[in-house]
Amino acid sequence: MQLTLWTYEGPPHIGAMRVATAMRGLHYVLHAPQGDTYADLLFTMIERRDARPPVTYTTFQARDLGADTAAIFQDAVAEAYARFQPEAMIVGASCTAELIQDDPGGLARALDLPIPVIPLELPAYQKKENWGASETLYRLVRALAGGTPSPRDGRRPLCNILGPTALGFRHRDDLVEITKIVAALGIDVNLVAPLGATPADLGRLGAADFNIVLYPEIARAAGAHLQKIFGQPMIETVPIGVQATIRFVEEVAAAARVDPAPVLGGAPSRLPWYSRSVDSTYLTDKRVFIFGDATHALAAARIAATELGFKVVGLGTYTREFAREVRAEAALHGIEATITDDYLDVEAAIQAAGPELVLGTQMERHIAKRLGLPCAVISAPIHVQDFPARHSPQMGFEGANVLFDTWVHPLMMGLEEHLLGMFREDSEFHGAAAPSHLPRHGVDVVPPEAEAPSATMAPTDPILLTWASDAEKELKKIPFFVRGKARANTERFARDRALPLITVETLYDAKAHFGR
Amino acid sequence: MNAHAPLQTRPIGPAPQTGCDIRQERGQRAVFCGLTGIVWLHRKIQDAFFLVVGSRTCAHLIQSAAGVMIFAEPRFATAILDERDLAGLVDANEELDRVVGRLIERRPDIRLLFLVGSCPSEVIKLDLSRAAQRLTRSFHPGVRVLSYSGSGIETTFTQGEDACLAALVPEMPRADETAAPSLLVVGALADVVEDQFARLFADLGIADVAFLPARRAGDLPVLGANTRYLLAQPFLAETARALEARGALRIAAPFPLGSEGTTSWLAAAAEAFGIDRETVARVTAPGRARAAIALDLYRERLSAKRMFFFPDSQLELPLARFLSREMGAELIEVGTPYLHRQHHAPELALLPAGTQVVEGQNLDAQMDRCRAAKPDLTICGLGLANPLEAEGLATKWSIELLFTPIQGYDQAGDLAELFARPLKRRARLEV
Repeated sequence: MQLTLWTYEGPPHIGAMRVATAMRGLHYVLHAPQGDTYADLLFTMIERRDARPPVTYTTFQARDLGADTAAIFQDAVAEAYARFQPEAMIVGASCTAELIQDDPGGLARALDLPIPVIPLELPAYQKKENWGASETLYRLVRALAGGTPSPRDGRRPLCNILGPTALGFRHRDDLVEITKIVAALGIDVNLVAPLGATPADLGRLGAADFNIVLYPEIARAAGAHLQKIFGQPMIETVPIGVQATIRFVEEVAAAARVDPAPVLGGAPSRLPWYSRSVDSTYLTDKRVFIFGDATHALAAARIAATELGFKVVGLGTYTREFAREVRAEAALHGIEATITDDYLDVEAAIQAAGPELVLGTQMERHIAKRLGLPCAVISAPIHVQDFPARHSPQMGFEGANVLFDTWVHPLMMGLEEHLLGMFREDSEFHGAAAPSHLPRHGVDVVPPEAEAPSATMAPTDPILLTWASDAEKELKKIPFFVRGKARANTERFARDRALPLITVETLYDAKAHFGR
Repeated sequence: MNAHAPLQTRPIGPAPQTGCDIRQERGQRAVFCGLTGIVWLHRKIQDAFFLVVGSRTCAHLIQSAAGVMIFAEPRFATAILDERDLAGLVDANEELDRVVGRLIERRPDIRLLFLVGSCPSEVIKLDLSRAAQRLTRSFHPGVRVLSYSGSGIETTFTQGEDACLAALVPEMPRADETAAPSLLVVGALADVVEDQFARLFADLGIADVAFLPARRAGDLPVLGANTRYLLAQPFLAETARALEARGALRIAAPFPLGSEGTTSWLAAAAEAFGIDRETVARVTAPGRARAAIALDLYRERLSAKRMFFFPDSQLELPLARFLSREMGAELIEVGTPYLHRQHHAPELALLPAGTQVVEGQNLDAQMDRCRAAKPDLTICGLGLANPLEAEGLATKWSIELLFTPIQGYDQAGDLAELFARPLKRRARLEV
């Protein structure tokens, strides 16, 4: 028994739902008690899908327990087939149905439906969501994959893209970017799966020359199987970050025997220049803590260290299947990886590492908020705001642009931070001042000098300070971004010496006194 | 397990004293399980902790239902069963003791711990009531441990609150035999609503009024043969049974939704305590006047609108009654997950003759009926809302009705607004 407040992953049948919901023409009959339909709203609310997931739940109740549940399951399969007319079905049990030991596969087989019905064994008390997605895709591919590559004479190279699912973090937009790259290389996409594929589509997986595995957590098993049965090479480099994308393009080009130059020529990403521009100097050695699924955490660590110049002070994942890779990457940064699915451990690790920026999941966002640290989201689990309306990939060269913006925004921009350090006590720049892009009083921004009264008096101020008009004029010659400080320092100087009238002399006396 | 009366043994067809057409349906259901009740119950009982004994699915459900609340040091968690626990029951009990020990060590502020049963724990017959007794002994006197089931196989959504409150009833101190009659208001209400009702009862002259659940575990109201109880929520069948087993008597009333419902609810209590009608009229006049003004704002928007309720919380009948009688809406179908004939009798009597009430659900068939009827507003869960919107139907997601204060005079306008807003939005958008 494990005491759990927050879970990074759902049970494995949620993974199966992510695959089923991604596809078309596939229906999932899930033997599950009343209540398990809560999972629908992950798709309809968080991902804002406009249709119910293609899942029929048996929703058995206490009174059904006993011999009845098997019949309920069979009825549900028969009705789902009659109503939705799918090309294929997957059937399985959720955690409770696993305990009552009806055999979904056998029961469905007994119905002898005229379509493939693929049973799923998803051990709910051992495995989790990503494993469930991976296993489901693997079972589908094993059951349905067909076709053979035709000879290459003259035709364009052909690839499959494996891994994008429903409820995947930026899968929709990653796919757009990768498809663009593949097209620019002169390669045709035979099939994307599971997102948008039908069971019949899976029947021509074998026609491709090679497979691109975008999300190893989900598609490595299916890719390995296709490699075995069709001899299709598998590209597993995850194209998140500029260097990873370049490596990815080179590998894809090599597998397709095409020239990578059309994609790599010029400056395909703005990240390298943005990162080299002087404003980014302040990013050097910013301490960053990274946590997420293995794919995104590993990519983020490399980008942070080598493309943004951060110092990685913490790295971890909840994906135990990839613990070895994450440990190895952490060792490169001279730190020990945090491999855990307990958010309290992650919180402790963040506190111990003392980062200036946290890159993580929805959970780390909340931890960072509690600790008062800047944070950006790099991995599932995520909430509704991370299924944005705008194009927002993580992968490819556009993804690198998105990452630069997303990670740097929570930090203060360089000039802003510099000014804050210089003029920490000034009224314009003190820590609690509203952001500079927000107009005061809801009107257009007026330069503070124009609206500031020339006489200022704090409630407890015994002296009414007046600026002589020539002193006021002199003050305006000082560059605006230090003017506030000069005014404050001069007034402090005058107040300390009980000088009611500030003259040009007072101004320069004060400057001399404060030394800058 | 909580023995809910099985549906099929009760009569089918028009119920006595109502003109409603009551039908039962079986099949796939799109509803929450009773674990969801934890999300609002833990906020009501401020020193209680809810420990679900279940699977990763249960933890995931509560996480999804609790939304952002999960991060504010919530007083609920899941003891996730793993393979080792399934191997043998003795082991599971030891594991549970270990988890509870660790939890109480970490949260010394907890006074009341609920072990909440789930489908997996019920199916493997993990005896949580015995575990609760055992743990109460070991943590005596600091922490009281109780158990109830919020499993989907036994409870639907709000029935989780029912099971929880029913578990509290045996804990209530016994009232003196000679005690003066007291009023017990049953069902978790928002604090602001509870305070309003407390003031109204005081103005009516009912001196001894208590609420169940109380805001703190140690403040359970006394209970005895002189206790009259008034249900503030329609989903409290088990709790009512437990209260009556201890001698309390129910005051039959419609539920306090809308101005009319609130007045009838207060009047029923007043009548039971021998308070005359003039007093009721006087005390309720300001509230009724304010509600009338507030409701006027939304009547035009809701009048003659055709409404379709999917089953969710058992609040559907009182809500439908409010919308039809006070706002002039038309009712196409009123679905409810479970219909307690006695508790709902006053509501059924107020619904328009011929209202189609459907108890239970066959999801696909019901969606077909909904599509065919093309209602102006469909009240449904979040799993159905966006898909129905995409098909062109305006929807109101029902779970909000549990998290928002909606009872009483001063919330009547807010309640109407919840239904008017999606219609207004639909009219407003030009894209």
